This record gives sequence, structure tokens and C-alpha cells, in this order.
Amino acid sequence: MTDSRPVLTMTGISKSFPGVRALHDVNFRLFPGEVHALMGENGAGKSTLIKVLTGVYDTDAGAITLEGDPVSFTGPMQATAAGVSTVFQEVNLCTNLSVAENIFIGRESRRLGAVRWGEVRRRARALLARLDLDLDVSAPLGSYSLAIQQMVAIARAIDIKARVLILDEPTSSLDAGEVAQLFRIMRQLRDEGIAILFVTHFLDQVYEIADRITVLRNGGLVGEYLTTELPQLSLVEKMIGKELDALEGIEEHSRRDLAALEEGTPLVAVSNFGRAGAVEPFSLTIHAGEVVGLAGLLGSGRTEVARLLFGADRTDGGQVAIDGTASSLRTPAQAIDHGVGFCSENRRAEGIVADLSVRENMILAMQAARGWLRPIPRRRQDELVDRYVKALNIRPADPEVPVRNLSGGNQQKVLLARWLITEPRLLILDEPTRGIDIGAKTEIQKLVTQLSDGGMAVLFISAELEEVLRLSHKVAVMRDRQMVAQLANDDSLDADRIMQTIASGSHREEADR
Amino acid sequence: MNATMSRYRTMTGHRLFWPAAVLFVMLAANTIYRPGFLSIELKDGHLYGSPIDILRLSAPLILVALGMTLVISTGGIDLSVGSVCAISGAIACMYISKQSDQNSLVVVLTALAMALGVALVLGAWNGVLVAVIGIQPIIATLILMVAGRGLAQLITQGQIITINSEPFRAIGLGHLLTLPLAIFIALAAALLVAAFTRRTALGMIVESVGGNAEASRLAGIRSGRVIFLAYVLSAACAAIAGFMMTANVSSADGNAVGLWVELDAILAVVIGGTSLAGGRFFLSGTIIGALIIQTLTTTVYAMDISPQTSLLFKAVVVIAVCLIQAPAFRARFSRRRRNAPPPATIADKPKEQVPA
Repeated sequence: MTDSRPVLTMTGISKSFPGVRALHDVNFRLFPGEVHALMGENGAGKSTLIKVLTGVYDTDAGAITLEGDPVSFTGPMQATAAGVSTVFQEVNLCTNLSVAENIFIGRESRRLGAVRWGEVRRRARALLARLDLDLDVSAPLGSYSLAIQQMVAIARAIDIKARVLILDEPTSSLDAGEVAQLFRIMRQLRDEGIAILFVTHFLDQVYEIADRITVLRNGGLVGEYLTTELPQLSLVEKMIGKELDALEGIEEHSRRDLAALEEGTPLVAVSNFGRAGAVEPFSLTIHAGEVVGLAGLLGSGRTEVARLLFGADRTDGGQVAIDGTASSLRTPAQAIDHGVGFCSENRRAEGIVADLSVRENMILAMQAARGWLRPIPRRRQDELVDRYVKALNIRPADPEVPVRNLSGGNQQKVLLARWLITEPRLLILDEPTRGIDIGAKTEIQKLVTQLSDGGMAVLFISAELEEVLRLSHKVAVMRDRQMVAQLANDDSLDADRIMQTIASGSHREEADR
Repeated sequence: MNATMSRYRTMTGHRLFWPAAVLFVMLAANTIYRPGFLSIELKDGHLYGSPIDILRLSAPLILVALGMTLVISTGGIDLSVGSVCAISGAIACMYISKQSDQNSLVVVLTALAMALGVALVLGAWNGVLVAVIGIQPIIATLILMVAGRGLAQLITQGQIITINSEPFRAIGLGHLLTLPLAIFIALAAALLVAAFTRRTALGMIVESVGGNAEASRLAGIRSGRVIFLAYVLSAACAAIAGFMMTANVSSADGNAVGLWVELDAILAVVIGGTSLAGGRFFLSGTIIGALIIQTLTTTVYAMDISPQTSLLFKAVVVIAVCLIQAPAFRARFSRRRRNAPPPATIADKPKEQVPA
């Protein structure tokens, strides 16, 4: 494997954006028939490197060769034609088109200018069969889950006699079974001699599938290693560039007694909140200073619960009491007036306003609550923004940069800051640590603990049970769009018990297939 | 890269550079063609000359385009501004023509107030259709664009209403401190809109709503109110522009006043750098855009280009302006100049659009 010539090399790559040095003098190589993991914290330059490689961005300096020949792609389309296919972090497909159309869009089989639909559908079915997927190729892509859409994106990428396949965080929205399926496909493709560049934040996955690891930090190259020669701990140290003692600190955090927390009037008490087609009616109480974890599989209704509590969707019925007084949560603006904040899991569509600067994104919720006639004085804005840029370690530390120039993890921190500035009494965090690196993850977890110690209530949603367990005083479990249990987080609660709660009583049809 | 080069980059990188450069080139071309183009002379205490004319004639367009900028920034569009110009002009003229003393200042002010009031109602109508009922802006305002012409005709009873009112005429043709009054009105409106949006948080909130409506809603912005306000403001600007247009000729023609001004206004906004997709808006850019369009019109007349081909000429110039401003277009040219021959198979395909 290692003795062959690299199929792809990148040497001395540098790239800057206004106010950001994203990459400087980075080398990278990729051998045929290997899975090569590209690792680094948020903002380390992983996505930028991929975009430089595929021609989305120009390079400021450096050279790229593909099978020994120098190349300079002007866009992903051209890179794909040359055999370098990419599946980007956000699925770039058209949900309103059919599965077959999505796979072949732009390169349909034609005769005399007319698309041969029969042929297109037949080839789409054959391709998907190779990935062990049995889908109705004429159905709109949007009718399938995000995970399936991800697979379709991969099918689209490998159709074009790919020699290099780039997967930019393909697993961040997949559940365990789907990840296994994806890995099976990746191994199959690797054995066919395709070189796979794999970006992920899940360390376990790296050790399960990657042959080789390249680590970036702050836009620079740390090194290239064989997976077998790099223990997990040193990988993490190389990524964050410091010793790891801080990581486990949270575990020691003395958890306050749930009974003590739940004395007195709850901050928010909802009963029979629900919405047809989204989530069955549920009841939940949240006290000041309490962290309520929301566990469950992808699509089990976690996000729907959060949206109802924030007024992003309207409940079909039920009551809500805030501080014991009957109230309502029918619009986000109303929820914010009651001191509720909500960080959506869908950062790009429902979180940041890409055009606006970091500063404007941060003060947006506070400004909205004040109304446009009472602008926040500029000095106060700078003060607030400065404080949170420092507190959350947002990079680059320039508040006037458009937020679109920031990496995903830093955008997430900007969103967190937006809500922290409003000093909410209940903060709803929907997958705040998804798709961000371990350093930022720890920072956010620590922050949640601090906030709850300070008396803020937090509803914490995460697919990672370990994280939910570490932070929560109480865990509400979702299954099939129902809240099936609320468990006190005492010594008897562990991931296994939550998993059992998620699984128990579930006689789903899939089991019979 | 030396210092001059980087200074050149910073300058050309400024968002107002290209619109301003185009305006400059146009003025230069006119001066070469007609050396007296830039000369200004003082006659009877008033300044005269082509530059003054361009400023005066562009005043109504600047007004309409200012309102349009806000509407476009919310992600909408307002096609009804031309009709609102016609209606407000018609109401003002109709009222004045019915009075015995047309030169009375009170009469004129009453007429303006009435017409402005109606315009605000029309703006509110657009605002309700878009922000409350949720009709797509292009359709919602198309209704008033078409129906408004009929309404203007109805007010004037199909006639061209001619009036003889000095105070009203002054809005279009009067002078203040040797300069046309219209210039001051447009300037005041620009300053007012700028203060209204940038001294308050309205500007940022409009940009946020236009940039990402759902994220803005989840940040607690009641976007309906903001969008409503933008349409009302747009109608108010159009009404004042309508006064100017009718005052210029001392008559109201329901069919002709403000005809196609919505298209010029949209063009001015886009030339000024505000994206039709919504988001960031640039009032100063819009003003330069309006000046470019008026200069172009003046140029067409000055160069004796036949009326049959003048629209085509305008179109060619506008396309050129838009291309020069498009970063992708400029990038292609600078890339070709910088990199010597790029790999042959790759060079000529267009760069694929990547959704941001």
C-alpha cells in the first residue's frame, strides 16, 4: 500500500481570506487504496484544504498533482471529471428532484438531446444496489432521511469513475447502523483501489477505518502518521496542541442533588404539549439551575420538543406555566420575552445570518428583543462582543469579519454568544457539539456546567449519550416521537439503561424485514 | 507585491469603486464628445449646465430607488412604485386644480398631505399582502402596478390635469441657493433614510431578515413588521418622486407619470451593490446607480443617438456595468492575466457555482 506512488499530492498550499490565514504551507498526500483521515480542530483548515483541492477556492501558493500531473481545478465539477469526487459536509442535492435525477443530474444519458429516463433509472438502481440500498429511484429525494440522502450523494460521487473520493464529515448526521453501512461501502471502495479522504470528528471512527492520519492545527501541518503508530491520546494532543488534563475535569464536577433542585416552583412547566405529525403530547418541568438532557435516536422527536418549547412551531394544545403563572409560548419572540433561548441544530439554515458580521450576529437576539427603535449603543455592543469572543475563544477574534468566513465550530460559538448575551433563564441547546472538534466540545460542556451553576436552566439535546449523562441532572428519553421516560441522573443511571429505555417496548417493523 | 499594488487592491476592492468608476468614465466620455459638457454657468442667480441637469433629473429616481433599496434588502421587490408616483401626482394636481387660488401655499401643502396619505395606505396594502398574507412580493406588488394605473386614470377621469400653481411647480423646478430645489429634496430624503436605518437598528434587522428569514425569526425578530415598514417607506418615497415628476410639467397624466421607473429603480439598486436576493444594502451605492442611469439617458440625448436605438444603447451599457461589477467575471479576467497558460483542458469551462 505505502510503496506505491501517491495518487494525489498537495505541496506548500497556502490560502488566506480577508482577516483569516486559513492555510499556510500545508503538504498532503493520498495513496491509492487507503482511507486517509484528515484531522484537526474547528478552524484548523480541513474544509479549506478540501475546497482548495477541488477548486472551490484558488490557492495563494502551492501545487497540486494528480497521478504525477500538475492540476488546478476551477471547480468541483471539473475535479469530479478528473476523478476527484467530493461529498460535502452539507448534502448538496436537490430534495425536490427524484433519487435518479439527483445521481445523474448534469450528465444524464441522452439520445438526440432527449434524456433517456429509462436508462437513467436503470443505472441509478444498479448503482444503489452496489451500495446495498433498495430505494424507489423515482421518488423525490426529500422523502428519504438525511442519512439516505448522504448515501445517495456518495452514489453520485462514485459513479464517475472516481480515483479519489473525499468525504467531508459524512457521519455527523448518521446513527450507528448507518455509519456501519457507510464504512462497509468505504472498505469496498478502498479495496477497489480508490483513495478515500475522510474528515470526521469521531475519534473512534478514525481508528476503526483509517489507515493513515494527517493532522492540521491552526492552518498549519502538524504531521502525517500511520493510524497503528499513533495512540488516540497523542492524536488528540496533536490536534489541540496541549496536554489533555482539562478534558476529564467535568466528570469530577459535583452534581447537585436533583431533589434539591426540583424544590419550589418550576421555571417552565409544560403539560400536553404536542404537534400532530411531529411529536406526541408530552409534559416536562424544568427548574432554575437544572440541566435536562434529551436523549433519543435521530428523528425520535428531540428537535421537535425543543421547537415547541421555543415557539418555533406551535403546539396543538396543552398548557404552559412560567414561574407558576399560566402563559403561552406561541412565537419565538414570545419565548424570548420569557427568557428562553434556542440554539438550533441546523446552524446554517436556522442559526447564523451569513452576510452579517460576527458582531451583528451576536447582538441580533438582544436587539430583536429591544426592538429596532432602541439600538444597542455601539460601545455596549463592542463590550459584549469582546467579552464573548474572549470567553468562548472565538477565532478569528475580529468581530467585523462576516460570519460566513468562520469555521463551523466558531459559528456555533457565535450562536451560543448570541443567546448568552440575552441572559436567558432557559437555554435550549440542540446538538451544540455536533460536528465540532473535541477542544470546542469540552469548552461548550464546561460552559453548560458553569451556566447551570449560575442558576440558568438548560435543555441539552445530544445524540451522544455519554455527553448527556455527563451534564444532565435529569434525562428525558424520546422514542418514536414520544417522550417515554424521565430518569433522574443518579448513580444507577448509565448509558446502557438509557439505551434500554430507547429500545424497550419497540416492536418496529424493521425487525421483521 | 509592492505598496502601490496593495493600495490599488484596497481601492478597487471597495464596494463603491466600480459604480463610481463607471460614472466617471461616462462623464469623461461626454466631456470628450462635447468639451463644454462639464461647464456650469450662473444665470439670474441660478446655476445651469449638464451636471446640474443630471442631478436635478435624477432626483425622482434617487427617491424611488432609496425606498426600493430597503424593500430589496428584505428579499422583496416593489413593482408598484411607478403607479404610486402616478396616483400621488394625480391626487395632488386634481386637488389643486379644483381650488380657486392655486398659488396658495396652504392649498399645495394640503394637496401634498392628502396624496402622501393615500400613498402610505397603498404602501400598507403592499405590506399587508407580503408580510401578513404572505403573497410573493413580485405578485403582490404587480397587483398595484397594474391596478394603480387604472386608479390614477380614475382620479384624473382619463384627462391630463394641468395646473398653474407656482408653489407646486417649485418642487420640480424651483431653486434654493442657486441650485434646483429637487436636489435638496433628494439629498434630504437620502439623509433621512440613512438616519432612519443606520441610527436605529432597522438597517441591521432588515439585512438580517433579507439574509436569512428563518434564522431571524428564531432570533426573535418579528420580521412581518419590518417588511411592512419597508413597503410603506417605499410608497412614501415614490409619492414624493411623483410630486416632482408632475411638478416638472405642471400636469398629471395617469398614463405617463413614473412609467417604468420601477425598472430603473431596481437597476439603480443592483448597480449600487445591493443583491436582489436580499441582505446587505448600500444607500450610497444606490444613489450612484441612479446617477449612472440618468447620465446614461442624458448621454443618449446629447450624442444624438436616434430614439429607435437609444434603448438598445442603454441596455448594452447596463450589461457592461453589471459585468464589470460581478466578482466572478472580474476573477476570470484577472486569473487569465495572472496565471500564464492554465492546463489546457480546464481553461475554458465556466466556473461552477457552489452554493455558499
